[in-house]
Amino acid sequence: MTNAASATNDSSSTPTIAVRGLWKIFGPAEHKVIGTPDADLTRAELLAKTRSTVGVRDVSFDVSPGEVFVVMGLSGSGKSTLVRCLTRLIEPTAGEVLLDGEDIGKASSARLRELRRHRFAMVFQHFGLLPHRRVIDNVAYGLEIRGEDRATRHARAREMISLVGLEGHDNSYPDQLSGGMQQRVGLARALAVDPEVMLFDEPFSALDPLIRRDMQNEVIRLHHEVGKTMIFITHDLAEALKLGDHIVIMRDGAIVQRGKPAELVGAPADEYVADFVRDVPRSHVLTLRWIMRDRQDDDATDGPEFSADTIIRDAIGAAIATDKPIRVIADGTLVGVVDRVQILTAVAGSGGAP
Amino acid sequence: MSAAAATGRLLPSLPRSAWIVLLSAVTAILWIAFAGQYTLPHDNDAATFETINDIREWIDANRNSNIILVVFVTGIRTLITAIFNVFLAVLQGLTWPGLITITAALGLVIGGLRLAALTGLGVLAFGVLGLWNASVDTLALTFTAVLLSLAIGIPLGIVAGRNDRFLAAIQPILDTMQIMPTFAYLAPFALFFLIGPATAAIVTMIYSVPPAIRITALGIRSVAPATVEAATSMGSTARQLLAKVQLPMARQTIVLGINQTIMMALSMVVITALVDAPGLGKDIIRSFQKNDVGQAFDAGLAIVIMAIILDRLTSRASERVDPARRATRPTPPGQTRRFAIVGLVASIVAVAIGTFVLGGGDFPDEIRFTFRGPVNDVTGWVTFNFYFLTEAIKNGVSYGLLNPLQTILTSAPWWLVVATIGGIAFLLSGLRPAVIAIVCLLVTIRIELWQHSMETLTMVLVATGLTLVIGGAFGVLSARSDRFAAFLRPLLDGAQTLPAFVYLVPAVALFGPTRFTGIVAAIIYAIPPVIRLVEIGIRTVPVAVIEAATAAGSTPRQLLWKVQLPMARPALLVAANQGIILVLAMVVVGGLVGAQALGYDVVAGFARRDFFGEGLAAGIAIVLLGIMLDRITQGAGTRQSTAEARPAVARRGA
Ligand SMILES: Nc1ncnc2c1ncn2[C@@H]1O[C@H](COP(=O)(O)OP(=O)(O)OP(=O)(O)O)[C@@H](O)[C@H]1O
Ligand SMILES: [Mg+2]
Repeated sequence: MTNAASATNDSSSTPTIAVRGLWKIFGPAEHKVIGTPDADLTRAELLAKTRSTVGVRDVSFDVSPGEVFVVMGLSGSGKSTLVRCLTRLIEPTAGEVLLDGEDIGKASSARLRELRRHRFAMVFQHFGLLPHRRVIDNVAYGLEIRGEDRATRHARAREMISLVGLEGHDNSYPDQLSGGMQQRVGLARALAVDPEVMLFDEPFSALDPLIRRDMQNEVIRLHHEVGKTMIFITHDLAEALKLGDHIVIMRDGAIVQRGKPAELVGAPADEYVADFVRDVPRSHVLTLRWIMRDRQDDDATDGPEFSADTIIRDAIGAAIATDKPIRVIADGTLVGVVDRVQILTAVAGSGGAP
Repeated sequence: MSAAAATGRLLPSLPRSAWIVLLSAVTAILWIAFAGQYTLPHDNDAATFETINDIREWIDANRNSNIILVVFVTGIRTLITAIFNVFLAVLQGLTWPGLITITAALGLVIGGLRLAALTGLGVLAFGVLGLWNASVDTLALTFTAVLLSLAIGIPLGIVAGRNDRFLAAIQPILDTMQIMPTFAYLAPFALFFLIGPATAAIVTMIYSVPPAIRITALGIRSVAPATVEAATSMGSTARQLLAKVQLPMARQTIVLGINQTIMMALSMVVITALVDAPGLGKDIIRSFQKNDVGQAFDAGLAIVIMAIILDRLTSRASERVDPARRATRPTPPGQTRRFAIVGLVASIVAVAIGTFVLGGGDFPDEIRFTFRGPVNDVTGWVTFNFYFLTEAIKNGVSYGLLNPLQTILTSAPWWLVVATIGGIAFLLSGLRPAVIAIVCLLVTIRIELWQHSMETLTMVLVATGLTLVIGGAFGVLSARSDRFAAFLRPLLDGAQTLPAFVYLVPAVALFGPTRFTGIVAAIIYAIPPVIRLVEIGIRTVPVAVIEAATAAGSTPRQLLWKVQLPMARPALLVAANQGIILVLAMVVVGGLVGAQALGYDVVAGFARRDFFGEGLAAGIAIVLLGIMLDRITQGAGTRQSTAEARPAVARRGA
């Protein structure tokens, strides 16, 4: 069920970010592996043989304008390496990263700085704030280094501070704020430069669960308000499903599956992904399309109508209210039916995959 | 670990202990058979010494004609002397009321009223002790050396903080600069730069540059990588990263580095009195020559006061820039400004009074207090009443340890000593250290200082042995008793800020000018870091291990001998290594107060022109001894930990 098409965008516009055949190998054999039979070795084998670790293995994907693209995987799967390769905080070993068609790998260091200053902004797991600067000067840092005057950058910084809900903390120092507040500063700092693409590397894993939920909602709200393209790294599946328009799952540096949230839960590509999604409440993620069956002749034809893209959870009420099977409609035609059996099976969490 | 492995590989058949027994037996037999033969008795007119004297004549003759000497040597000398003269002129021009007030004002701004009182009264004490001019000289020389050290050390430290290869390349050089006993390189530098403040500042820098470089690099390196990455991800240039992120975040560490640099410079500046540098060191040496402990006490006290003032000012300054303090103990912003204004006004008034009212005159003679009489009385009383005790200790150590060991080392055939030391080095630390040790000994023979080196080695071994026994016992005690540790800590802290020279004063007071005095001073000097390292070693044994051993029913004694001490072995080895290096540095300084051998050769080299060659060669022999002892004790996997422990302890070196 893994198909590249479902991760690439459905419209025809050029992707904001396109990654092609990206590799990163750490260690002495960095440039001696790709193109040789060694490239097919597993990570452990390669490490034993060459004392080099594969961080990212032949990764390709497209990110469409304005979408939230989530990369997830267990610890050590190469997510951080991948996202750092996009802006060459880590220099990729091979492959291309295109930003609106421009090959970032070929950018001079001056051009790269230009891109980092104006087009990208990153939010880090451990915040990376400057402890010797007040909140306002942290938020204004990106503007400061590109030479904007104090009044302009402080005005902009103040705007961003209130956007992330930190009014009144302009003059605090980072160590006087809680973890959640510090990450809001990190968010404001990233937003301040008005970037085209925002990169998040597990921004909320250092926060406790309630704060984390707040911050996730904050990102969703900001995404609605500012409409940036976002690449979001996480190892938390719930977070991925909540935020992601598209998700890729990484393992040992390679992508093992890509798709919309429902595709991952409904059709895990292998045991690894299945393990990941096992505990997800399927009825909260899957749409009716995933559980419908073909219409049979004895089915009533006047049951309630639902679009095939309806989340199962939202159809439960209707299913309870009637004996008749729900008719599933896509593009104006009947594509299948769903009755209580399918719905209950999905809620109970077993089966349901086509 | 690696050394043990290497030893095991090269000596496959027997266990290490068997080799030790075998080696000792063979050595003993050879010594009995050959004692008194193949010895290398000392000769004051050895050819090497004459050669060095000739080189000196040539340099003196060509000082103003040889282009290299003119450009480098005379040029550098002139520049440094000029800097010194500027500092001296400024400090003198401030006049004594001005200097006292300015120091107090600095204390006020940096640390508040109490620090102001401490620093102001401290500077006042220089005058009251009758040592105003000498103290100002010492200050000017210290500032010269510190200025140059920071001008070189901070930029190099920044480079080393950002460049791994550069750091790796300079690391061994810095190590060597820090283990070389000061005494050793006075003469070579005096040879080129002549005696006087320039040479004094240069030799001081050799000693005080390493901490400036190391600590700056450490500060840059300990900036959280996440922060550096975040700043890079936003498009900072390398220069912006340095100026806006790394330097501000390393600020506290760098101020701490300045503190260390100042303290090391001060402790060295005092010793440079030997190359005729002006200042308090001269007073001490003069008093030792007259055997006037009371007078040395005054000068020693002035040095201690100066050390305390400089230490408090700079360490408080580093606390002030600590970002973590901001949240917990913010200084009221208005207060700093108020203090600054008060301090500034008072300073201007004081300088004006000093200049216009007092006419820039000297500190008034009427205000005097000296400890000379009382100290000499006490010393006399102690010497008289405890004569039996001090004499018993001195004779016990001399006849029980020093004389026999010295006899063995100097009467044994030289090849037996070389082979035995090589063998010990091999067993303790492996092949490379053994080769280095043997080469050092052979060079010592080549420069014709064998006998004096063996005599100095005797003193070093005895003093180190006593240091380790006493320091080890105190270390164990303070690891096991928090109360004892709390009692000892301020003493150790205090001891670590004192310049080495000061330790000679009480030793001379108790034991008079003898070989034993240098040993006592060396023990006092080296004990604090040894106590500290032993305590840390024992305390850092993981709690889980202690719990497990206690749960198994160990008595406290078993716990100590079977768990804590064995597990603290790396720290103990570091303690031995540090101890031996510090002892060597101090034992040779004992040449000033009656010890013979290499230390005395160095002193004599400055006192008498015809002894110059021997003194310089003795300096080289001291370095060789230092390298040899350092390598031998660096054994079994301690290299790493030594390098780490060194910055903390390094300030003690002399
Ligand atoms: N600088 C480096 N040198 C060598 N190996 C590295 C380096 N950085 C990362 N790796 C290796 O690359 C692999 C991927 O690391 P990465 O940090 O990208 O994982 P991750 O998915 O972000 O994990 P986490 O969830 O723990 O952050 C790991 O095996 C790691 O050990
Ligand atoms: Mg990561």
